[in-house]
Amino acid sequence: MTLPSAQGQPDDDVYYLNMGPQHPSMHGVLRLVLKMRGEEILTADPVIGYAHRAHEKMAENRNYMMFLPNTSRIDYLSGMIYNLAYCQAVERMMGIEVPERAEHIRVIVSEWNRIQSHLLWFGTFLLDLGGITPFLYSFEDREEILAVLEAVTGSRLTYCYGRFGGVSMDVDDVFVDRSRALIERLRGRLDTYRTLVTNNVIFRNRCEGVGLIDRQVALDYGVTGPTLRAAGVPYDVRVSEPYGIYDRFDFEIPTRTGGDSMARYDVRLEEMEQSLRILEQALDALPEGDVMPAKVPRFFKPPAGEYYHAVESARGHFGTYIVSDGSDTPVRIKLRTPSFSNLSSMPPVLANTLVADAIAIVGSIDVVMPEIDR
Amino acid sequence: MPKSLTEIVGDPWWAFAVGAAALMGYLTVNALFLVWLERKVSARMQLRLGPTEVGPAGLLQTLADVVKLMGKQFIRPKNAQIGLFLGAPILVFFPVVAVLSLIPIDEGWVFHDLNIGLLLVFTFAGFGIIGVFMAGWGSNNKYALLGAMRAVAQNISYEIPLILATLSVVLMTGTMNLREIVEAQGEAGFPFLFVQPVAALIYFISATAETNRAPFDIPEAESELIAGFHTEYPGGGFAIFFLAEYTNMIIVCAVATILFLGGWSGPVLPGFVWFFLKVYSLIFVMMWFRWTFPRLRFDQLMRFAWAVLVPLAIVNLLVTATVLKVL
Repeated sequence: MTLPSAQGQPDDDVYYLNMGPQHPSMHGVLRLVLKMRGEEILTADPVIGYAHRAHEKMAENRNYMMFLPNTSRIDYLSGMIYNLAYCQAVERMMGIEVPERAEHIRVIVSEWNRIQSHLLWFGTFLLDLGGITPFLYSFEDREEILAVLEAVTGSRLTYCYGRFGGVSMDVDDVFVDRSRALIERLRGRLDTYRTLVTNNVIFRNRCEGVGLIDRQVALDYGVTGPTLRAAGVPYDVRVSEPYGIYDRFDFEIPTRTGGDSMARYDVRLEEMEQSLRILEQALDALPEGDVMPAKVPRFFKPPAGEYYHAVESARGHFGTYIVSDGSDTPVRIKLRTPSFSNLSSMPPVLANTLVADAIAIVGSIDVVMPEIDR
Repeated sequence: MPKSLTEIVGDPWWAFAVGAAALMGYLTVNALFLVWLERKVSARMQLRLGPTEVGPAGLLQTLADVVKLMGKQFIRPKNAQIGLFLGAPILVFFPVVAVLSLIPIDEGWVFHDLNIGLLLVFTFAGFGIIGVFMAGWGSNNKYALLGAMRAVAQNISYEIPLILATLSVVLMTGTMNLREIVEAQGEAGFPFLFVQPVAALIYFISATAETNRAPFDIPEAESELIAGFHTEYPGGGFAIFFLAEYTNMIIVCAVATILFLGGWSGPVLPGFVWFFLKVYSLIFVMMWFRWTFPRLRFDQLMRFAWAVLVPLAIVNLLVTATVLKVL
């Protein structure tokens, strides 16, 4: 392949490198078409669609209840958050009141879900940088969280725990005790990660100033989540547009202004600590009572109209847009998934970087491909 | 003075055959052991158990893996240059064997007691990189080629500080004979690590880079280049590259032991026990590196070699020369 260079001469040094979808360290089935000169990337094109399962189309062919298990399969790392977001959207359409206890349980399981997603990101990001051991450490902690969630929901990743009006199962004292013990453990472990990874010279060299997504690029491309907050915009749906009972808790939105991989790393690590704070408060405030309202309609036929409900997933702003015509089947469900916007900001960021950084930058924005493809 | 192998066996050709067989036997067993050790060490660091099933404490796991590798179909990539592709593993492996024959393990335990031993070690060690480049070029794979290009640049860059570091020891002893370097340390009564700590440090860092071990495993960085230069190699070819990597570790650690740790000298225990103890301790440190550090980026790696290690090695060499002249 020869391409004309700036001087008009055919440039034999330029070649194309197909990275993925079958690449051992690519995140899911993403394919990057890299135009390269030597080790340097000239342009990068993300190619998506390898995990397309037509979730949105499936929603049009089944009633509201039957779409519930699909939601957690869209983003397998924030399955709980997606599942509950869909429940909340339908509750808003129908005007269903959720019992206090169920609201608290929803916050607790959502935050556990967020922490396990960030822990997985931590491990895989270090894998991208060639550090294999931290991956095993973070997975051990993640395993504990999955065990806690499994005990109450019955599943490890693809939860179907939410119901329209509450949650399917009540939690017991064992769950509360295990959660409290796990909070203590994770606080210590986060310190371990700091000593093991954060101050490592090689790690800092690989992260600082790398993969710069500045404020303007982030806003232009609709980047959300930790990636946006690392660029200095304190936008978090839990605070700016509180859903559920998030307005009752005292927590901070960690932000950085660097916009590089290091900033994103810092933000995620701090977010885990803030999530632990929310968990503690929610566990303290957990009231007695039922987890489902006394009277829930047997058939869900929301009044005709358009509804939009946004939540903060582990990767950013996740929106559920539902159009109803008054029947028991949605006319259209459109899911606004954060990774799609986050990934679309990659071409300008990856241009003129080195191939060694490409994977690390894509890793640092934490993409989940099935969520993009849906 | 123990008798030489030729005196024991009688005929020099038979002595050569016996020696070569012993060497190859040692190499194979050593590689099997080191792979097992690497797995166990990494498992310990990662809160795992490592191999436990095959043989006592999983010792035979690697043997089982080798049998599996050898049983695999040899797939040749389309449009690969078959001569280069097949020749590469051989060219990577045999210089390594040649180097090992120069290493004195104990007093009088050496196949070739040459007065240019150290020079020959680096000459043969430099050969390996040709094989690596042949593998990358012949594979007809962009990842392999990228890995090979990186390997060549990295090896050439790190050979300079490596040799400069060893030169300061050569200056002190006035010989390139590996046996005499060890004997000089025995006479001095202390290993050269204490008089040449900077050289020892430079040597060890460069040696880690020479063997393409983490955090310098850029040529086979799996997070970007899949497996680098040996991406396309199936079963047997891959096994030989693996064998060469672990044998390379033995060699650089053996040379480090001879130059800086006093070789076989040590109290109480027999010489070869001391020698292997030191070598395997160094190998353990290399494994420790690998499972603790993330990987450097290619440009950072080169900058580190040319902007830090080379000037430091030159300064160290000059200081050594000046001190020797003054004394």
